[in-house]
Amino acid sequence: MRSRNVYLLIFILALFGFALWSIVPLDRNVFGREGLRLGLDLAGGSYLVYQADLSGINGTEDEIMEGVKGVIERRINALGITEPVIELQKQEGEYNIAIQLPGIADIEKAKEMVGLFTVLEFREQDAAGNFTVPATGTVTVNGEEKELVLSSRYFKENTYVTLDQLNRAFLIFEMDEKGAELFKQITTRLLGKPLAIYLGDEPLRGEDGQIIAPTVEEVIEDKGQITGLNLVDAQELSRVLNAGRIDVPLGRWVEGEFESSVPLYERTVDATLGQDSIRKSILAAVIGIVLLLVFMILYYRLPGLVACLSLAVYGAVLLSIFKLVPVTLTLPGLAGFVVSLGMAVDANVLIFERTKEELRGGRSLGAAAEAGFNRAWTAIRDSNITTFIACIVLIWLGGTLGALMVRGFAVTLLIGVALSMFTAIVVTRTFLRLIIGSQVVTNLAAYGVKASQTLRNAK
Amino acid sequence: MMDFVGKKQWFFLTSGILIVIAIVSLVISQIQLGDPLRLGTDFTGGTSMTFQFSPPVEQSQLRDEMAELGYAEATIQNAGEGNFIIHIREITSEEARELAEKLGAELDSQAEITDYYLVSGTVAAETTRNAVIAVIIAAVAMMFYIVWAFRRMPSPFRWGTCAIIALIHDVFIILGIFSLLGWLAGVEIDALFITGLLAVVGYSINNTVVIFDRIRENVSRHISPDFAQTVNDSLVETLGRCLNTALTTLFVLLALFLFGGATIHYFVLVLLLGVIIGTYSSVCISGQLLVVWEKREWRALLPFAKRTA
Repeated sequence: MRSRNVYLLIFILALFGFALWSIVPLDRNVFGREGLRLGLDLAGGSYLVYQADLSGINGTEDEIMEGVKGVIERRINALGITEPVIELQKQEGEYNIAIQLPGIADIEKAKEMVGLFTVLEFREQDAAGNFTVPATGTVTVNGEEKELVLSSRYFKENTYVTLDQLNRAFLIFEMDEKGAELFKQITTRLLGKPLAIYLGDEPLRGEDGQIIAPTVEEVIEDKGQITGLNLVDAQELSRVLNAGRIDVPLGRWVEGEFESSVPLYERTVDATLGQDSIRKSILAAVIGIVLLLVFMILYYRLPGLVACLSLAVYGAVLLSIFKLVPVTLTLPGLAGFVVSLGMAVDANVLIFERTKEELRGGRSLGAAAEAGFNRAWTAIRDSNITTFIACIVLIWLGGTLGALMVRGFAVTLLIGVALSMFTAIVVTRTFLRLIIGSQVVTNLAAYGVKASQTLRNAK
Repeated sequence: MMDFVGKKQWFFLTSGILIVIAIVSLVISQIQLGDPLRLGTDFTGGTSMTFQFSPPVEQSQLRDEMAELGYAEATIQNAGEGNFIIHIREITSEEARELAEKLGAELDSQAEITDYYLVSGTVAAETTRNAVIAVIIAAVAMMFYIVWAFRRMPSPFRWGTCAIIALIHDVFIILGIFSLLGWLAGVEIDALFITGLLAVVGYSINNTVVIFDRIRENVSRHISPDFAQTVNDSLVETLGRCLNTALTTLFVLLALFLFGGATIHYFVLVLLLGVIIGTYSSVCISGQLLVVWEKREWRALLPFAKRTA
């Protein structure tokens, strides 16, 4: 029994040590994680949710939305935003695209970029050598002659990249009927001249920042290839060409009408407000926690001190989990952390109150502490399960319910409560057993019970 | 020894008065605002912004100026230190920036938007529906859990029902307080309010379960032939734990409420009120309801009824 406790102690100390190592200092790189991941209410930034207009598309929605996501990722990355998170959410057959942009200043620019169409258009040079002229051709559609711009709409979905023996990349593509006709006219006209590829008003650029503008070397009809690109650029181009076959405007549906470029949901928090919130919550948390620790020690004496130690383990491990998983910390998440701290104390309080009762009932210290733990366990378990139920319901429905904030609270509370059961049952218990077992402190007053209160002495 | 069960009529009376006040407030709010609670952006859609004025301006000035600019319907909440949370019909972030400039110029102050929030009507409707579903599912799941946890007791359904009545009691009082704040101080409820409410529900049930757990244990130990006595003993035995847990949680929440900033001010208030009311209902209502049910003393629920011997 004794040796088991020693092993447990070593395990706890190792865990504590690991947790401390991983979080001090907070911005140290541990397993590729630098610092805590802060939600936009703490770090500042924007959260945008758009719906997609998929009318007229049958069957391949999943694929197309993946492509749209890729195009948006490309645009956002081009803005130089660090760590954007772009999620595809599917609910009851409706697609939402949720975009998190941490710390961005110019939200208007970002919205403009996101709201753009996904179709790529080809442009030729004007007299000054700038790519301002859309590359057009004339095609007969339903018996009518139409002037159309060559775009990714007319590419077949099998664009791919291959390498020759010299490791040069080839982008191979096929055109549909209209595309073949357009391509034939344009390449005949522009033989020996470059064609650039545009996404809205932005040209596609390679890794080196140069505009991608392959030169027309021969007349292309239904099949063609682009050479001279490096592998990464070629793969990227093939991906956006595949994604850009169909126009998917982003915006929102209002009573059956599609409003393009208007987000369904938008939140932008100023970075200074975030910093202010961090400062204030840390101050509040420190004041609250100090009060809590003082109360525990004054009221429960030695076990209170032990509880404080196990709370230190709790806090360190929880922060470590937040950093390593990583869990995105939001303001409500911080509140969840605080409530879970209350629950962690609660488990200890349940045990100590029970131990006190057993001591007053005349049991020996060791027996009282064991009975305290065993009897308190059912109450701890039963009571925490109700909190779990609330958390799970919130996580489940939280995706739409105020989006990020609700889920942030529920996730931190859930992790916190689960961990609090562990610290109370394993950490506090091991500490207490070792102290009682070593018989360093045997005075009952140290456990908050006057000797005259025990049943044995009362008689 | 303290007699919690013997004073049950007083507790029922107190709770009854609180619930009546809550209902009256909800009705007044329904008449005045069209909703029992003042609904925030999450539930109605529109735009909500936090304006930071330096130097600070008066709320009345701000209200007049907003009305002048064509936003007479704006809900304005004072969040302290020159911060105001304004909820109006949907405007774009560009229009919001223009509004901030106009307000700053008219009020001789610098206005900055620190938090811009737009919710479409369609999302808002979905959020409202999900909030209702969340509360119902949570309540039903918790009730089933309690019925299961107390399945070895005679009539486990009774334990579950009593716990849920205490829970509904807590929810009603908190709703009442926030509807009061809504029509008196312009406080709006948002998705975080529902989150706080569910957390509180979890916390309150948590307390009730600890007490019921002790009653369960004491019943099986046959400490007293009288069920009322057993319940009272259990309440007294768990009182220290209930109060201490509430106190330690309150310390931290109070610190967050006082120093934690505007964004989660009312969220923390829900939690604070919830911990207080949840502890009260656990100690003073739920166990007593069990006794009333066990002894069929339904008259005890009525105020000033004669005590049965």
